[in-house]
Amino acid sequence: MSLLIATFTIGFVLSLLALGVFISFRIFAFPDITADGSITLGAAVAATLLAHGVYPPLASLAAFGAGLLAGACTGTLHTRFKINSLLSGILVMTALYSVNLHVMGRSNVPLLSVNTLVTQAERIGVRFTGGVVSFRLIGWEVSVRDASVLCAIVFAVALACTLLYLFLRTNLGMAMRATGDNVQMIRALGVNDSTMIVFGLAISNGLVALSGALLAQYQGFADVGMGIGMVVWGLASVIIGEALVGTNQVGLTIIGAVMGSVLFRLMVAVALRWGLSPNDLKLITAVFVFFALIVPQFLRKSRLRSAHA
Amino acid sequence: MLEVQSIAKTFNADTPNEVHSLRGVSFTLETGSWVIIIGTNGSGKSTFLNAVAGTFFVDGGSIRIAGKDVTAWPEYARAKFVGRVFQNPFSGTSPNLSIRENLSLAARRGRARGLGWGLKSSLVEKIREEVSRLNMGLEHRLENAIGSLSGGQRQALTLLMATWLRPELLLLDEHTAALDPKSADILIGLTEQVVARDKLTTLMVTHSMQQAASLGDRLIMMHRGQIIHDFQGAEKRRIRPDDLLARFEEVRRAEQLDETAAQMLAEKYI
Repeated sequence: MSLLIATFTIGFVLSLLALGVFISFRIFAFPDITADGSITLGAAVAATLLAHGVYPPLASLAAFGAGLLAGACTGTLHTRFKINSLLSGILVMTALYSVNLHVMGRSNVPLLSVNTLVTQAERIGVRFTGGVVSFRLIGWEVSVRDASVLCAIVFAVALACTLLYLFLRTNLGMAMRATGDNVQMIRALGVNDSTMIVFGLAISNGLVALSGALLAQYQGFADVGMGIGMVVWGLASVIIGEALVGTNQVGLTIIGAVMGSVLFRLMVAVALRWGLSPNDLKLITAVFVFFALIVPQFLRKSRLRSAHA
Repeated sequence: MLEVQSIAKTFNADTPNEVHSLRGVSFTLETGSWVIIIGTNGSGKSTFLNAVAGTFFVDGGSIRIAGKDVTAWPEYARAKFVGRVFQNPFSGTSPNLSIRENLSLAARRGRARGLGWGLKSSLVEKIREEVSRLNMGLEHRLENAIGSLSGGQRQALTLLMATWLRPELLLLDEHTAALDPKSADILIGLTEQVVARDKLTTLMVTHSMQQAASLGDRLIMMHRGQIIHDFQGAEKRRIRPDDLLARFEEVRRAEQLDETAAQMLAEKYI
């Protein structure tokens, strides 16, 4: 049971990554590889601050801020200096590797016996239930600590989703969506599309870094290599989410990205349980995204063919 | 309203594909005037419109809109004064956004966009009212994505968006060229209505000699990046499509004459 809860918890933590990837890939159609670096950046900043005894919410907020900066860098490279979108992300991601090492001072920072959002959530949960260690849920033994961490992260993700949804329906948010949809039109309506891209990528990477900060606090360490392949992970979540909700309405796609992230984590957990080697995980993820990208094309073609027949 | 002083634009300069799209075009547009621009293919008429809109910066000359020198202004900054409808129905609207979201974006053309709620109920009501005036039944589909509409419907909405906030200058770039004849007629009707109602200063490029003869109060003919004819007042009112075709024929013949003359000279002296 605790394995299932852990799976859900990580799924929700990484759903913030999925939301970030949703913004860059889907709203702006910008293949932003920065996320690989900014998720580690978030983890590094949060872990280092926490190790120095900074108040956990503040440390997580700082991680979010660091992500904003990283995204703004990528956006500026692309819009101001006209560097190809993919390359802008690669440059910032590469630079972030060194930055992350500098932030942490070594290749990883453990968070044992340090006050984090996770220990805070556990404490609140224990106080709320009056000191019970575990309870039974439909026959399963559930630890109060695990359950309260899951509740806290679900609450945080729900809050993030609501804020993002509301933001995307403000004047500014709509201008951002339209920028990714039709640049010519949005310029003709007086919007500086470069600013929108910088701003959008900043928010995207802010969310990704926040996801990294929470991940570090949950797994109890930050590691300089933890971001490798995370963009693809987020993309897989977004694609699964789109298949689940099947529309392009803003609210539903946001919920879809979260559901996709949790479901993908669940699938991975099952695969690992069945004996998939953890070493093959990235390969399987890449192959999965490959198929998820080409299947719609095949469906379209076969539909065309049957329409002609 | 619009003062253009000897603007020039060369694309692909210093390459074999060098094109002198605009060669010193000067032009002044009075407030409230509706000018039609016609010209041969590659004459620079759309380039001229894009130069005014700021799609690119001109190589020389100056552009003033509403008394302000906008020559160095980027496109999005000029949008404060300029409403535009493009030739391609896909260009003027955001396909994944709903009809009302597109219109609410247009309702803030050239203004600051902050964290205010995009779809205030008062604005949605106004959108419903204006859209119902298009007589296309779209007022019942305001929440649908624009991508699901036909080209004619999109162009009508783009026109509504371009004129939602009264623009100092309305630019129409062959906005009926991609439509079927019936949709084109409807769109021209809507264009005439809104231009007359708001007394809009309008610059319209067209391929249709019919439209060129019947619409507007001034007609400009362009050829090879220059203005070669400028019909105003009574002269413009007298013009018929056949007269325009005759003018084009003249241009073509003059060109051929040039070429044969050049060939003859070349044979003789080289």
